[in-house]
Amino acid sequence: MTLGPHASFIVAAYIVTVVVVISMIAWILRDYAAQRRILGDLEQRGIKRRSQASRGDET
Amino acid sequence: MALIDIFNNLANPTRFLALTNRVLPWLTALTVIVLVYGLYRVAYAPDDYQQGATVKIMFLHVPAAWLAMMGWGLMAVAAFGTLVWRHPLADVAARAAAPIGAAFTFICLVTGSLWGRPMWGTYWVWDARLTSVLVLFLLYLGMLALYWTAEDPNRSARAAAILALVGAINIPIIKFSVDWWNTLHQPASVIRMGGSAIDPSILVPLLIMALAFTLLFLLLLLLNMRNEILRRRVRSMRMMQAASI
Amino acid sequence: MNALLALLLRDMRLATRVGGGALMGALFYFVVVSMIPFAIGPDLNLLARIGPAVLWIGALLASLLALDRLFASDHDDGSLDLLTMSTLPLELTVAAKAIAHWLTTALPLIVITPVLGLMLNVDMSAMGFVALSLVAGTPALTFIGLIGAALSVTLRRGGLLMAILVLPLTVPVLIFGVAAANAAIVGPAPFGPPFTILCALSLASFVLGPFAAAAALRQGQE
Repeated sequence: MTLGPHASFIVAAYIVTVVVVISMIAWILRDYAAQRRILGDLEQRGIKRRSQASRGDET
Repeated sequence: MALIDIFNNLANPTRFLALTNRVLPWLTALTVIVLVYGLYRVAYAPDDYQQGATVKIMFLHVPAAWLAMMGWGLMAVAAFGTLVWRHPLADVAARAAAPIGAAFTFICLVTGSLWGRPMWGTYWVWDARLTSVLVLFLLYLGMLALYWTAEDPNRSARAAAILALVGAINIPIIKFSVDWWNTLHQPASVIRMGGSAIDPSILVPLLIMALAFTLLFLLLLLLNMRNEILRRRVRSMRMMQAASI
Repeated sequence: MNALLALLLRDMRLATRVGGGALMGALFYFVVVSMIPFAIGPDLNLLARIGPAVLWIGALLASLLALDRLFASDHDDGSLDLLTMSTLPLELTVAAKAIAHWLTTALPLIVITPVLGLMLNVDMSAMGFVALSLVAGTPALTFIGLIGAALSVTLRRGGLLMAILVLPLTVPVLIFGVAAANAAIVGPAPFGPPFTILCALSLASFVLGPFAAAAALRQGQE
């Protein structure tokens, strides 16, 4: 595979795409860990959701 | 009937989370496989006789453009779910889709501009297709701004739904007017693809990449929806905490 | 019908009294358009060429900024709640308010357009066409902006958010408005097609705007 005279533009396009996708994945996973941590914190302090306090499982 | 049952089942966030957790590993594996296969096919796709190797940018640009539009379409369908059926997950889906759709629109713009540099000689041309995507990007940014400024998810849910529907009605009009404006100001654009003239040796990798991008979109959407559900849980628990003190 | 007329007259009276700010839009338009030559230089040929575009951008910004207050004052003093609870369909109420707003803000703006056109070296004979394109196009701006005004009042955020939400939606109006004005001045394309499309856009937003704005307002009441 040869990329011809405009190789830098092709490579740049792929790099930008990879960076955007990876940073999005990283952001989502970090957000997930953060939410999990806060939830665990709150649960440890004995706080329950309305649904857990009274039966039924609606958020 | 079965479809409605599935929808009602999904309306329960706890059950949705359980289902998501079960689906995620398979979806991740499938996405990776299709993506790797797609990139392999792209690497061995022949060069275009006119554009040379730069045609390889198309395999990113065109799927990203499709997903940029699909993202708004998804938000519009979810908006219907919010306004008409008050489906609790509809707003979660719309809110999770907005940043992902914006990211794919951004990819489409950047790759389009990097493709334009060797083809047109400048990074940006007010070409009809690029300009429509730019307006779509602006609409996505507006949607994100709306979500950022409203703290209360219940308050912003229907506002965002209305904006999504108005945008969905407007996008074809914008597309049409930008096309019209473009033909008025410049004779023809350099990149003329689409139609029936694409060779299978290019079309097949393109379709595989489109499938891979779609799977990636769905994967990110599910992950982000999971975050959004947890975030709402945190919010309601904090309110319980505040109320109990 | 009588009630709608009363509402229309009420809004117009409120806007034209002291503190109503009806002429603010026209004033802003005048100031913005006068600023342009300072940015691009006093080259009369250049000004004549971009004159219609400058006038349209000015009109767009002026009608958008004025819309910010369309529901806000009614929301502050509680009359918006009464309007939503009345027996009139909210869509019609909202449309009447928008028409009143157009009459008090957009119309003065169009009236002073020929004067500004003179300053921008736009040909006098073509000035009529520019004003005509504004008459046909500004209702679309008002009715699209109506959606933004309703959204921003329910979100309790105004100003910039509304501009960010509404401006991309006005792209078609801007394109066809400037195209119609330019067709009249420089040609060679005929004035008819862009002008009729502009009218179509105004009529379509006359239908879409009130419905979307009413839906947004109802949500704010819940």
